[in-house]
Amino acid sequence: MEVLACSVDSVFVHKMWNDHEISKMINQDIPYAMLSDQDGSIGKSYGIYDSDSGVETRGRFIIDPDGIIQGFEVLTAPVGRNVSESLRQIQAFQLVRQTDGLEATPSGWKPGKKTLKPGPDLVGNVWKVWKVSEAFDD
Amino acid sequence: MPEEFKPGCKRPPINKPQPAADAGEQQTAKEATQTMVAVGKPAPDFTAPAYLQGKFVNISLSEFKGKWVVLCFYPGDFTFV
Repeated sequence: MEVLACSVDSVFVHKMWNDHEISKMINQDIPYAMLSDQDGSIGKSYGIYDSDSGVETRGRFIIDPDGIIQGFEVLTAPVGRNVSESLRQIQAFQLVRQTDGLEATPSGWKPGKKTLKPGPDLVGNVWKVWKVSEAFDD
Repeated sequence: MPEEFKPGCKRPPINKPQPAADAGEQQTAKEATQTMVAVGKPAPDFTAPAYLQGKFVNISLSEFKGKWVVLCFYPGDFTFV
């Protein structure tokens, strides 16, 4: 899995942020690429550019090995993301891909929890095999 | 004296000069061209300069075909969260 971070900052500012703040949080350099989208064109092509303030909002896109967008989340500036939830979604998309869509991950699924196998026998019978409590963390 | 402002995560809005009436329509038309991508559809490709572990490099999304990619936009370096 590859992570790409992107903002309208220059690559020079990215270096300074890495050197003076982020590297001090993780005791190493940021291990992924920090892209510089200074004219906002990448952000515009994804639909998350805020032209009022000239920056990109907190848009996060999960892209599969075929280059297809499987999911996204967009937040305004003051609220940070939940990395665990992003990882959970990637694991779910990977499982669906590995099973060629024969298995689906119900609400609250995470590795180790039950998947569903859509088909004629399951129609109207999800209530027998899946409980609402499974939608929540243990 | 310059007016002091309180810094936050959100970048202070830019006070742009009011465009002339016809230019305003062009601006609206231009902004309307930004559309949200759709799930299940191809991710727009791009090539951009990047900082990666001590080096300045050019990165294209298409380099990562065959891998899962998490693309994260954010309002800017040093924006607190």
